[in-house]
Amino acid sequence: MPEKPKGWKEIPIGGKIIEPGNSTKYRTGDWRTFRPIHDKEKCINCMICWMLCPDSAIKAGGPDCPEKGAKGASDKPSTCNFGGFDLEHCKGCGLCAANCPTKAITMKQEKEFD
Amino acid sequence: MVQKTKQARTGAECSAEAMRQINPDVVAAYPITPQTPIMHAFSQYVADGKVDTEFITVESEHSAMSACVGSSAAGARTMTATSANGLALMWEVVYIAASTRLPIVMNVVNRALSGPINIHCDHSDSMGCRDTGWIQLYSENGEEAYENTLMAVRIAEDPNVLLPVMVCQDGFITSHSVETVELIDDESARGFVGEYHPKDALLDTDKPVTYGPLDLFDYYFEHKMQQIDAMEHAKDAIRKVFDEFGQLTGKKYDFFEGYLLEDAERVIVCANSSAGTTKVVVDELRAKGEKVGLLKPRVFRPFLAEQVVEKLKHAKSVAILDRAASFGGHGGPFFNEFRSAFHEEKEKPAIINYIYGLGGRELDLAQLRAIFEELKAVASGDVGHNVRYSGVRE
Repeated sequence: MPEKPKGWKEIPIGGKIIEPGNSTKYRTGDWRTFRPIHDKEKCINCMICWMLCPDSAIKAGGPDCPEKGAKGASDKPSTCNFGGFDLEHCKGCGLCAANCPTKAITMKQEKEFD
Repeated sequence: MVQKTKQARTGAECSAEAMRQINPDVVAAYPITPQTPIMHAFSQYVADGKVDTEFITVESEHSAMSACVGSSAAGARTMTATSANGLALMWEVVYIAASTRLPIVMNVVNRALSGPINIHCDHSDSMGCRDTGWIQLYSENGEEAYENTLMAVRIAEDPNVLLPVMVCQDGFITSHSVETVELIDDESARGFVGEYHPKDALLDTDKPVTYGPLDLFDYYFEHKMQQIDAMEHAKDAIRKVFDEFGQLTGKKYDFFEGYLLEDAERVIVCANSSAGTTKVVVDELRAKGEKVGLLKPRVFRPFLAEQVVEKLKHAKSVAILDRAASFGGHGGPFFNEFRSAFHEEKEKPAIINYIYGLGGRELDLAQLRAIFEELKAVASGDVGHNVRYSGVRE
């Protein structure tokens, strides 16, 4: 956890979460063992990975996004192109890689990036 | 001005009467002997429109306590009642109620846990609950069950406490026996209990909250520490509520009630209805000039160890009576707590334990006389076995 854990006098009683919508602050990326790697030569921007990702960790990018796939890139201003991974929230489940029709996403062990 | 009336009531009716005056928002309960007459009487109040309570009839005690947790989290003043196996079936949710900091009030009519199956009084049910995080009040008779139930609501809902409270009375001996009890009028009782202002109510949609999320090694210990701290705050809250209620009734309430205790050399410690029986024997022996007394715990959780020492340190010998066995332990649950309270003390009485009354086995005057008699030898240094049994056949 990037934040320093709080003491018992600083947190709400009873395990209650009194601030709505704070799950966005939870860095599920800390859990990851496998990291998704994107191959833009194989990607056809079908966005199946974006639809399947349980953590909304696939970003959608516009035509100028440097990470966008090469084939089938949309010319719409902000959507319909693969826009990279949100690695703060990607838990490394591998659903995107398993379901990619062109095998444009592969999973690599995190230790390879240390 | 408070109006007091004397009435003939069973202990169960006393609890139901307190519940009628409290008029809780929600009651969820399942029948079990000997608790049943509380909910029998209370459901009649619901049917007759004497309370505004939403009464939820559920399919088990596990569901009863679960419904109470949901209702209390929603922001409703919530009550229930149970006994023995019903309490055992609630077990996991009993812990959840306390750790979620929900001020639920539950009457527990003490009954032996199975098996073999038995419907009569002992304290194995509530003693098993001593570490659940609930405040525990014990009642000698119906009047105390009534008073404790009214006070329990205030203690539970104190903003510095926010813990559930169980109010215990002896099954059948108290719950089904008619005695003269003094009750206060509805207006005074309702004025004392006051309005409930829930903290973080789920039904407050302007301020959404989450109850019961996952809590692993990163924060669970901190939440347990808060519960420990809340029990410390409960000591002050209970004292405050006792004093305030005492002003209404003209009586004095304390964590431990002494009976002819001040100059007593030999003392029996026991809770609930046995304390009433012991008072008879204390009177009888006092008439013969014997310096005997009684200490009756009214509050067992939180346990005020320093007051135990203060009240008992002058005695020569003390018998702690446990109506529950702790199999394989060194004596019963009361014995362990009371005896430990004296560990650092230099001057202390000789303390022995009696396990008695399991499964409703009677505690009669002759047994109590014999215990006071045996305390003479204990006082002179002959402690012998410090864990003993009273009323079991060899």
